[in-house]
Amino acid sequence: MDIIISGLLLGGTYALMAMGLNLQYGVARIMNLANGEMLVLGALAAFTFYVSIQLSPLLTMFIVAPAAFLFNWLIYRFLLRPLVRRAKNQGQLEVDSILATFGMSFALVGVMVSIQGGYFTYSFLADPFSILGTTVALNRFIAFILAVIIGLALYLWLHRSRPGMAVRAVAVSSDASKLVGINVARVSAMAFALGGAITAVGGTLISTFITLDASIGVIFTMKALIIVIMGGVGDIRGAIIAAAILGLVETAVASLIDPGLTLAAAYLIFLLVLLFRPQGLFGRRAT
Amino acid sequence: MNGKEVQSLTAIIVCIIAAACFPLIADGYWMSIGVTAMMYMALATSWALFSGPTHYISLATAAFFGIGGYLVGTGMSDYDLSFWLMMAISAVVATVLAALIGLATLRLSGVYFVIFTLGLAEMIRNLVSWVQNNFLGSRGLYVLTDFTDADIYWMLLTVAAAVYLLGWLINRSRLGFALRIIGNDETVARHVGINTAWSKVLLFMTTGFFAAIVGAIIAPRYSYIEPNLVFKPELSFLVVIMALLGGTHRLWGPIVGVIPFTLLWEAISISFPNYTTLLLGLAFLLIVYFIPRGLIGLIEDLVERSRA
Repeated sequence: MDIIISGLLLGGTYALMAMGLNLQYGVARIMNLANGEMLVLGALAAFTFYVSIQLSPLLTMFIVAPAAFLFNWLIYRFLLRPLVRRAKNQGQLEVDSILATFGMSFALVGVMVSIQGGYFTYSFLADPFSILGTTVALNRFIAFILAVIIGLALYLWLHRSRPGMAVRAVAVSSDASKLVGINVARVSAMAFALGGAITAVGGTLISTFITLDASIGVIFTMKALIIVIMGGVGDIRGAIIAAAILGLVETAVASLIDPGLTLAAAYLIFLLVLLFRPQGLFGRRAT
Repeated sequence: MNGKEVQSLTAIIVCIIAAACFPLIADGYWMSIGVTAMMYMALATSWALFSGPTHYISLATAAFFGIGGYLVGTGMSDYDLSFWLMMAISAVVATVLAALIGLATLRLSGVYFVIFTLGLAEMIRNLVSWVQNNFLGSRGLYVLTDFTDADIYWMLLTVAAAVYLLGWLINRSRLGFALRIIGNDETVARHVGINTAWSKVLLFMTTGFFAAIVGAIIAPRYSYIEPNLVFKPELSFLVVIMALLGGTHRLWGPIVGVIPFTLLWEAISISFPNYTTLLLGLAFLLIVYFIPRGLIGLIEDLVERSRA
């Protein structure tokens, strides 16, 4: 029971970062391998503000979100857009964007290491909290609730608003979207920026209960990618369930076998998905 | 074999002989740089053998390299087995692993492959550390041999030459032709009856094979082996960047990238040890944006322009 509760709580924040990546890959068609660094940047902001001026991470979130939105928008506009234009086909764009975002991820790690070389350790709301007879840390629970709220808001926005519909249309087919008068370039930039903002907020939330350091981003990139693939690219519902599965399996492995094996567990899941459901949990096999 | 091929083969042999003479003139410092450069040459060329024609970016180099180094360490330290035997075992293990990874991911789109290899070295390191901590008990492994830097250099040169000759043979073979078609358009390749998955897996296996051998050969240089030391994800990225800097559309491209980058990296590691990650990232960006076809592409463009 302990494992189920903490696994689900962890899955909540995982879902958030996977949603961010999903927007970037599913809509803007950019395989962003610097996604994990964006998450760590959010965490670094939370840590810095908390340590220097005791600002609660829950407030830092409101600084991180617009800042990350702007930052990612600029990245898309000035670094990735030229690649989209240059690419002759989707494969070329994939290779170029993978290499470019590698570069960005290293550059970001380098910058963050020079800001804070050690662990981002701080204690925020580390109080015991009882839920369904299981005691968890309050910060985990708060992070989960906020992740659910943000995820819900994103879902409603995508499915109930006109701009949200445009985003979904581009995700289905950017060529057809152009024909019905959607400004694909603008929607892609917005989706990329929004995805980055959501990931960064996820980082702020995660930093309240997991100790991060500047170079850990790639692990989170891996996890987000595994979740997105397991859930199916562009499928938010699938991403949520996949995130819950990953959270549960990781927590189970960490508490029953060894905490050092969580990445191996994630790989095992990844392998199973690739072998049996490469189209995602709810995806249909491409014909 | 026509005249041009004889010519290029002769050029290759001359280069190999010239490289083999390097230890005779180099002192200790240059020798150690020479070993590093030769290591990257073997790794980058074998990387480009697979990734060049197919455009599938493999980040598994560090994983295979680590397998080579670690198995040599375990075998020699814990089981008193010979260096050569362990090198052969590690090559087989890495090749089998590459085959399994290839079979699982290369049937699907290229992105899955990149993602899978991205965390591979880290995952294997975690597994190895876990096994070592819980079942074997020891943490450090010693690789004691009487190889000098020059011996290691010559062994690496042999590997690099083997990779090179293999690449040359593949380019001339049906497999090489198939790979170039896959790289241009995979759908077309499938329609003309090429077994795309099998060709890719086969090539990926050779990359794994050579990376493990290089890892095994380098192990005596460290003498003390730890999982954290041999499974360094950074290595995969360095190999990719060197190959891209040179250009992957020619067999000798990576070599052109390795030499300047090794020297540059040596200088950077000494002068700015705290900024290596940042500078690595910036180097990546520079190459992707300004020299997407590598130095060779740049030279070819210049030659073209001067002719026109």
